Amino acid sequence: MLDVLAGFIQELRAAGLPVSLTENLDAMEAVKHIPLEDREAFKYALGATLVKSHAHWRAFETVFEVYFSLRAGEGSFDAEGDGDGQIPPDGERAEGAPQAGAGGAMEALTPEQLAEMLFQALMRGDEAMMRAIARNAVTRFAGMEPGRPVGGTYYLYRTLRNLELDAVLERLMDAARQEAGELTSLEERLERDEFQERIERLRKEIEAEIRRRLVADRGAEAMARTLRKPLPEDVDFMHASRDEMAALRRAIHPLTRKLAVRLARKRRHGRRGPLDFRNTMRHSLSYGGVPAEPKFRHPRPSKPEIMVVADISGSVAAFARFTLQFVHAISSQFSRVRSFVFIDGIDEVTRFFEGVEDVGEAVHRVNTEADVIWVDGHSDYGHAFETFRERWVKEVTPKTSLILLGDARNNYHASQSWVLGDLRKQARHVYWLNPEPRSYWDTGDSIVSEYGIHCDGVFECRNLRQLERFVEALA
Amino acid sequence: MATAPRFESVPAVREGLRSVDYLADEGIAGVVYLADRLQKPVLVEGPAGTGKTELAKSVSRMTGGRLIRLQCYEGLDESKALYEWNYKKQLLRIQAERQTDATWSEIEEDIFSEEFLLTRPLLEAIRADEPVVLLVDEVDRVEVETEALLLEVLSDYQVSVPELGTVAASQIPLVFLTSNNTRELSEALKRRCLYLHIDYPDLEREKEIVTTRVPGISEHLADQISRIVRSIRQLELKKPPSVSETLDWARTLVLLGIETVDVDQAKDTLHILLKYQSDIAKAAKELTV
Repeated sequence: MLDVLAGFIQELRAAGLPVSLTENLDAMEAVKHIPLEDREAFKYALGATLVKSHAHWRAFETVFEVYFSLRAGEGSFDAEGDGDGQIPPDGERAEGAPQAGAGGAMEALTPEQLAEMLFQALMRGDEAMMRAIARNAVTRFAGMEPGRPVGGTYYLYRTLRNLELDAVLERLMDAARQEAGELTSLEERLERDEFQERIERLRKEIEAEIRRRLVADRGAEAMARTLRKPLPEDVDFMHASRDEMAALRRAIHPLTRKLAVRLARKRRHGRRGPLDFRNTMRHSLSYGGVPAEPKFRHPRPSKPEIMVVADISGSVAAFARFTLQFVHAISSQFSRVRSFVFIDGIDEVTRFFEGVEDVGEAVHRVNTEADVIWVDGHSDYGHAFETFRERWVKEVTPKTSLILLGDARNNYHASQSWVLGDLRKQARHVYWLNPEPRSYWDTGDSIVSEYGIHCDGVFECRNLRQLERFVEALA
Repeated sequence: MATAPRFESVPAVREGLRSVDYLADEGIAGVVYLADRLQKPVLVEGPAGTGKTELAKSVSRMTGGRLIRLQCYEGLDESKALYEWNYKKQLLRIQAERQTDATWSEIEEDIFSEEFLLTRPLLEAIRADEPVVLLVDEVDRVEVETEALLLEVLSDYQVSVPELGTVAASQIPLVFLTSNNTRELSEALKRRCLYLHIDYPDLEREKEIVTTRVPGISEHLADQISRIVRSIRQLELKKPPSVSETLDWARTLVLLGIETVDVDQAKDTLHILLKYQSDIAKAAKELTV
């Protein structure tokens, strides 16, 4: 047991979770108090002692699944090795289902019959049945071969494609409509949510099944390595998958809230200002003219004015989106925030953010409504900056911090970097944030260092963590 | 200072909590059980209104222990959290001593004795003879520096008072810390605690909570309410409805004498569930489709 736990903790650390020695000891102590055969309780015991942040929970769950699911059922997967498409001895869990017989003889079914059973299981929300079907579907459709170097997502995709879950959902809805006679729009929506959740559960079941088999094939350590998922703060903006994007969107709100609280606190608790002579004298009267209680001025740190100029062409759109959202979410920390977006033309988009509660919505409008195309819709930093200078240079003041966002891939247009030099003379600071890894800078048509010499700083900004750090330093 | 375990097993905890109308899931019950066995504090995090504070209250009701609550806020300090010397009384004492000719050291010994100590929640929890439950509410509101105040109490269940020496606990209190996650808590604090994240409950549990907490609600209505709430939580909202808001909504519907919610009634009462105008508009739009 100790060895297993040690390996498990090693893997958690590799996945980026900070597990300290005391926590390690706590976990060992905790499992003593838990009946080992109760897998859920075991999981929560480890979770409570090892994972100290909700953001890490998903990573923990994945590692846990890999490490402990198979050890329980190792025996039943040996039969899988020869890959002849035979399903593993259909676990005890399926026996518990009302149709235990049907669950066992599933491999004999035609695809139509399987689809029918799937439909029935989803209709009734029959968990055991769904689990049995998930196993069978994986055997049938995923076409898993031992040692084949493809990821689990490939198998998942193949299985799901064959199950045609969208069509199943429609059928379920039809059935629900028939059963109830007539559904009101509200009921319709609730039914749909219910079925969608059941289908989601099936999907998870299939995913877990595939993972179990992959682990049996490749071993836990190798599997855990491939499944290692970065935490939301560490996801690269430019390569985020759709799920990761959704996770990012969810993560950004609490992150900005935390940052705003932190900054507000910093402002309030900053060092005391210079001695306030008048006030000190005034208070000295009550001590008979002895200035016993020195009074200080309240410091009023100036709030910078921010101008964000963002490239929103395809490759860096996500990055621009998050940065705009971030800056506007903490706009109370700045005296003013103005935003501009460009591709080869440039447009001011501050108006979209004014008086809007929902920053995400505003960003969406920016992406659809701003007038940013001048000729062909390929990034042209040179022209965009020139236009910016023509139209708004008067409004750049010594209080303004100018933030430029983009990968500086200029499609071999003229760079016009002198514009930045000009702007820098007027602005307080000019910063450039580049979402590309530093090693890609100045390769191909990237000319970031040509612009960089006119900036006060050029920063790599690939994930939320780096973005947060930059914004905090700025405010 | 060893304390006998309070709970038999995880299911026993669950049953106990149920008997005081708190429906715990496997995770919550498991962590409470472990907290007792390992004698460690529990750090409870999660969205607002999911029953974090309620958990501590319920545990105190279940075990019959007194609940001692320390509400955290910005600017909380030692004298509010741990102890304070009753200096007015000390002054009086010194005044009184003037008449006699006691030496300074005698007086000093006298005025720094327990008689002049004002205990604050943390010290009170430590000094209590009977079993207590200590709730440190919204610990994320204090500054990072103030967190350090808690560390000694949390890890060793003792408080050092320079003039008196160390006060160790005669019994180990069950400690719950809640946090709304407005900032990262320090590693030192987290390391000393068991961690429990309470999320929005799933459909079944929420329905059960509604039925136990709202008297006179029909099965059908409770089911419908929890399903609507689940749908609303799936939208991208500024503040998804919490359990306490679900309960408020359920009570409202019962008071209005509604048996089956239709779209219009739902829309009219959405402001009980959601607290931002933009959220209400969004949810109303979604529900009609």
